Amino acid sequence: MAKFPDTLLPKALRKPAKPGENGNSNGASANGEEKSVVVEKLKEAPVDLVGWVDERTGATPFLTGMLLRKVPKGTNWFYTLGSATMFAFVVQALTGVFLAMYYTPSPVEAYASITNLTNDVFMGEFVRGLHKWGASVMIILIFLHMGRVFFFGAYKYPRELNWVIGVVLIVLTLVMGLTGYLLPFDQRSYWATIVAMNINGTGPIVGPYLADFLRAGAEFESTTLSRFYALHMLLVPGAIIAMIGAHLYLVVKLGTTAPPWLRADTKPKALRTEKVKSQNGGGS
Amino acid sequence: MAENDADKTDGPVSGSGGLEKPHPAGYFEGETMTRRAAFTVGGQAAGIAAVSIVALPLVAFAVAPILETPEEVWEAVGSTDEFSADVYLPVIITIRSGIGEAGKTTAYVRQGSEDLGEDPADYIAVSTRCAHLGCPVRFVRAAGIFSCPCHGGAYDFEGKVIGGPPVRPLDRFQTRVVAGQVEIGPRYSVTGDLEPVRARDPGEFTGGIWEYLYPPRPSTAPAP
Repeated sequence: MAKFPDTLLPKALRKPAKPGENGNSNGASANGEEKSVVVEKLKEAPVDLVGWVDERTGATPFLTGMLLRKVPKGTNWFYTLGSATMFAFVVQALTGVFLAMYYTPSPVEAYASITNLTNDVFMGEFVRGLHKWGASVMIILIFLHMGRVFFFGAYKYPRELNWVIGVVLIVLTLVMGLTGYLLPFDQRSYWATIVAMNINGTGPIVGPYLADFLRAGAEFESTTLSRFYALHMLLVPGAIIAMIGAHLYLVVKLGTTAPPWLRADTKPKALRTEKVKSQNGGGS
Repeated sequence: MAENDADKTDGPVSGSGGLEKPHPAGYFEGETMTRRAAFTVGGQAAGIAAVSIVALPLVAFAVAPILETPEEVWEAVGSTDEFSADVYLPVIITIRSGIGEAGKTTAYVRQGSEDLGEDPADYIAVSTRCAHLGCPVRFVRAAGIFSCPCHGGAYDFEGKVIGGPPVRPLDRFQTRVVAGQVEIGPRYSVTGDLEPVRARDPGEFTGGIWEYLYPPRPSTAPAP
């Protein structure tokens, strides 16, 4: 199981068969027998490959622990909202990577590159549409997921830290929405971003400097767009991936909660009373 | 001193042979920390230094624009006789070069008005950046007011707030006259009484305690 499957190697590289192991010396029936051995080995090849990887990584206990973990009674469709959010994020990441192939983060060329991407590039409208609508879907899903956790009381001990990580993830997702909104660089995105940065500026004492940091200066600067682009496609997604990793680790480590309408089973208590009764009954 | 030494050499009494046992464990005479502790602290310090050498320049790299004062740019917008004291004339100026339309903005320019107590030799350039959240205001000639399309901010002829959410009068640009041409320079903000202060972002109050709650930024030009 742990060896690299012989059947995948050219004949010259295979280990010679031990004497008496194969029917080679028997002449006539050798050909048919060897064929059936090859078929058997081919059938086992996938298992052998998995075994080869598993022996070198120890992945099986980790994966079975993660994927085949027990979930509480009453687990229902609401518990899929977190996975759905992550799926939306994966879609955003993939479509974003491909959109970056045609996008130019320069104030002079950004709008032209977006119109070219949307109107001229094959399937461009579809890929951009996925990214644009997927952004809203992800934000809706992440808030539904938070609502599920809140109303099911799944944030309580010992899962408080995972709630905090989740809140950080919501903030990061909203930052993605804010920074991504500027990138098409049409009138709507330009003015919406101006307003958003000025709202940042109204925070006392640090606000003005935060706005300067986001703009890279006091006005809409030559590097504001590339700054938003870098935040949107490198810094924040990296942080989100790291946070999702921590979030999932805690989910697997702590397990999920049962829905609040399921109460603890009171049967064992009744059982004990019954036992005592039956003993009493036997005596009388 | 003598007492200390005695503390650290509580090993075997003379005559029993062998090395003295360090006391407390791991400490030899005259040492104030164990070698293990010294190497741990040293190793961590080296790690912190190595990370800082990379991380601090990166942070500075991203934050530097906050501290940079841009060069003052003056742009001629027309000869002095084009502007009157009664009405604003819109001019388009470039406040950031090299980024096309995004670097341009509209300003409204007029001559100083004696009725308002201004010097007719001066020229007033009012920024179109709304003092609420930065949308572009428009001068409505018939009413003599500035009006903002986003949230209904309204300003009078001088740019003082007469309605809506704005927190201070409209910003202005410094002006000067060079060879008969009106030139527009850096932006500055004003208090409710039109006293010039260093430029603030929209939404930030000016004057009084607000000068401390919304501190002046090095990325703007000093007030005139």
